[in-house]
Amino acid sequence: MKLGTIVFPGSNCEQDVAYACEYLGIEHRYLWHNDRDLGGVDAVVLPGGFSYGDYLRCGAVARFSPIMDAVSAFAADGGRVLGICNGFQVLTEAHLLPGALIRNTGLKFICRELPLRVQASCAWLNEPAGRVLRMPVAHNEGNFVCDDETLAALQATDRIILRYCADDGGDLACAPNGARDCIAGICNEGRNVFGLMPHPERVIDPVCGGIDGQTIFRAVAGLTGTDAAAAAAAA
Amino acid sequence: MATPIADLGADKGPVLAVELGLRPDEYEHITQILGRTPTICELYMYSLMWSEHCSYKHSKKYLRLFPTTGPHVLQGPGENAGVISVGDGWAVAFKMETHNHPSAIEPYEGAATGIGGIIRDIFTMGARPIACVDSLRFGTLDKPRQRYLFEGAVAGIGGYGNCIGVPTVAGEVYFEPAYEGNCIIGAMSIGLLREENLTRATASGVGNQLVLIGSTTGRDGIGGASVLASQEFDEGAEAKRPAVQVGDPFEEKLLIEACLELLESGLLVGLGDLGAAGLTSSASEMASRAGVGLDIDVAKVPRREPGMQPFEIMVSESQERMLACVEPEKLEAVLAVCDKWGLRATVIGQVTDTGDFVVRDGDALVGCMPALSLADDAPEYDVPFSKPAYIERLAAESIPDDALPQDPGELNEVMKRMLGSHNICSRAWIYEQYDHQVMDNTVVKPGGDAAVLRIGLTGRGARSGSGDSGGRTVTDRGIAVSSDCNGRYCYLNPYRGAQIALAEAARNVSCVGGEPAAITDCLSFGSPDKPEVYWTFVEAIKGLSDGCRSFGIPVISGNVSFYNESFGEPIYPTPKVGLVGLVERLDRVCTADFKDAGDTIILLGQTEHELGGSEYLRLEHDRVAGEIPALDLELERDVQDTVRELVRAGLLKSAHDCSDGGVAVALAESAIGGRVGFEVALDDDLPAAVSLFSETQSRVVVSCDSANVDAVLDAAAAHGIPFSVLGDVGGNRLVIQDKLDLDLDTAADIYHGALEQAVHG
Repeated sequence: MKLGTIVFPGSNCEQDVAYACEYLGIEHRYLWHNDRDLGGVDAVVLPGGFSYGDYLRCGAVARFSPIMDAVSAFAADGGRVLGICNGFQVLTEAHLLPGALIRNTGLKFICRELPLRVQASCAWLNEPAGRVLRMPVAHNEGNFVCDDETLAALQATDRIILRYCADDGGDLACAPNGARDCIAGICNEGRNVFGLMPHPERVIDPVCGGIDGQTIFRAVAGLTGTDAAAAAAAA
Repeated sequence: MATPIADLGADKGPVLAVELGLRPDEYEHITQILGRTPTICELYMYSLMWSEHCSYKHSKKYLRLFPTTGPHVLQGPGENAGVISVGDGWAVAFKMETHNHPSAIEPYEGAATGIGGIIRDIFTMGARPIACVDSLRFGTLDKPRQRYLFEGAVAGIGGYGNCIGVPTVAGEVYFEPAYEGNCIIGAMSIGLLREENLTRATASGVGNQLVLIGSTTGRDGIGGASVLASQEFDEGAEAKRPAVQVGDPFEEKLLIEACLELLESGLLVGLGDLGAAGLTSSASEMASRAGVGLDIDVAKVPRREPGMQPFEIMVSESQERMLACVEPEKLEAVLAVCDKWGLRATVIGQVTDTGDFVVRDGDALVGCMPALSLADDAPEYDVPFSKPAYIERLAAESIPDDALPQDPGELNEVMKRMLGSHNICSRAWIYEQYDHQVMDNTVVKPGGDAAVLRIGLTGRGARSGSGDSGGRTVTDRGIAVSSDCNGRYCYLNPYRGAQIALAEAARNVSCVGGEPAAITDCLSFGSPDKPEVYWTFVEAIKGLSDGCRSFGIPVISGNVSFYNESFGEPIYPTPKVGLVGLVERLDRVCTADFKDAGDTIILLGQTEHELGGSEYLRLEHDRVAGEIPALDLELERDVQDTVRELVRAGLLKSAHDCSDGGVAVALAESAIGGRVGFEVALDDDLPAAVSLFSETQSRVVVSCDSANVDAVLDAAAAHGIPFSVLGDVGGNRLVIQDKLDLDLDTAADIYHGALEQAVHG
């Protein structure tokens, strides 16, 4: 099992993904935006950051990077693709996931740890529905929007994977960033492509405040055992 | 020189010199150095290099008082940033600078480019920037203009720092009328490097190439150092907007990656960033350090607009540019790395053995100056100073005890107002706009006494394009960071106020378990031409310097910003201290929040009758007056040693410095952060309001498991410091017997909501 993380100009969370893999013992390599193949990795991560400065719509330039053709083909073949934050934005721009991410309703960048409720499983997350995970968000454009038909389809096919919620898992009247239906993460119809605004790679090592992100990397790497056990073993 | 040089002549020269802010004797000195009158280009270059901002001509004499050496110091002042060793071959580079004048005109870009500039200072040293700290001062938020400046500056710091992927982990802010016409935007950056990769900004080796990397050069920021930074503000300030630079954080992010890759690949002789005075300062400083000459052709500099004059190209402060010195045989490899990162890289000149800084525009010679004279021959002034009359007058003022509130109901209301004071309330509205976790090394997040960062570097894979990530070195050690300065204290007593800034920063770092290692000083004052302002500057430096010697903490970098005045009124003297400490074990750090009901609360130190200069006096009595709190340096060090030792022994559940708002506010902050109440009694004979809000130094509120109380008290006794057991953590009320009784949720709502409410209404 080898994970590959794409480095676009302006990516800035690729090292954090590499560290998550190092911590969990998952083999990892970087993939350069100008390359045209995925170097034989088993799963691909599009990391957070500000690809090409995001001076246009977030992700609008990165989706035209040479490597994105390979990512699209890989995804069409059922390959597992994860987009975190800016990576999620790139996936929607590349039409690998529906909807779009626009500016937060408060027009402010939000960096805060938030509770997230698991709604359904996909190739990147295998947790019982209703479990609450705590992960940080750090974005200016995390407000998920889509038309009514798309939302209905996402709901009908259980493709909403994570929702922003209250500390106890209850519903919120409105997501902190204004996201429609409090959507924090969705997957595609094949359930192999997953995009989310929160940063699971920042809650891996308990020394940095949490371990709830481990489940995502464990799921894709097929790791057994529990997050807490891994944390204890690493400590 | 064979080519004739078009100097200004005896008529035009002196006129332009005055326009550029040079004094007549300074102009005379330039003509002596050159043996003729200067050209336009030369005069611009001298005017900038000899400006206060670049030359420190008004401050050098006293800056020499600082202790700058110590066992940890690898690089003291004089480079782009200071560097200390943090053990096992790791080193940390850091520096704080202000970007006040640009921010007062255009807060978003002013603050953003302040971050950009300080980040370049860090990676120029071969260090990867791992954190930023912001130190801000504005007028009060009831004024719309102040809300605009505050919102804009915070957005600018976030906009730039978030984009380049460097977390902003700590900071401080005060809102005082004294900063209304001249806000303070201090930005500190910290970088991590292996000691062997320490790089200096030098241009040695005759025949080596000068390569300009990064953005194109435009007319933005022409004369920023002299026009903005070295003059005070008046009605014409808005018209100076063209002198404010505009930032491009994406370009900066690429520069960070490319420059670190170039340095780690051993492809550069030296690297300098283009900050104040642009190409002129970076090139002349690099030449001066190596004792060489340079030959630069401005026609080769990529420009973003047509028709630029040679002098404009030489002094432009366009952002995101670096100057590298490269051996000819490595040029191709350097250009390839820059190309990989999509960066412009252009050879614009060579290192020579003439000792002259030669500027050409194609075939035309437009300047030829001794290179050393630009960087090193600036005048140094011994400025007259005199003690302002207000000092004695305000020190003698006080509020009689019988005018202080005593009724608990009344004190509850005072406490609510204190928790909602913009100088005390939660700063979450600010730091939640900053990505404070990117890089995954933030162990103690903003909101407490000091931030803690893990020492760990990412693998090299990302920099060499695709490939195995090559692992990443993560250690179980860290650094702690805090910045502090109470401007009211420094206004009332600059010597002790500056010392308290140092003491508080060191106390904050000690509270998380860090050992103070070194500081950067960032000195913002009014006009040095006013003897009464200059007196506060000299006093503050003496106070800081004496404090540093007593604590054994060196000053390794810093910045002086004068002329922080508007309409003739100076800001409070504001000598900000950015302190970095060493954390031995990341599993033995402590935060300010109370943890568990039943824990025992202990006060290390002892409260005295010290309301002078306090937040309470300002807020409740509208007075900035009185004798500011005393500072016993020995007691301070003993209290810090005690708390650090206890944190490192794992005996404390929480530790929180008592500063603005006194012990009442410290207790409330620990409770609000921990979402749990407390019930305590303050065992002193002071009037209730003094007991609650006195800002006596050298105090820390700690909590511990009840089983560890004896061990904590034994440690305090062993260090010979005063202490008292106050009570217990628990419940959902903030109870100080006979003085205060507030509902936790009410207090938390006020504390958390005040800043956002002030900005958004």
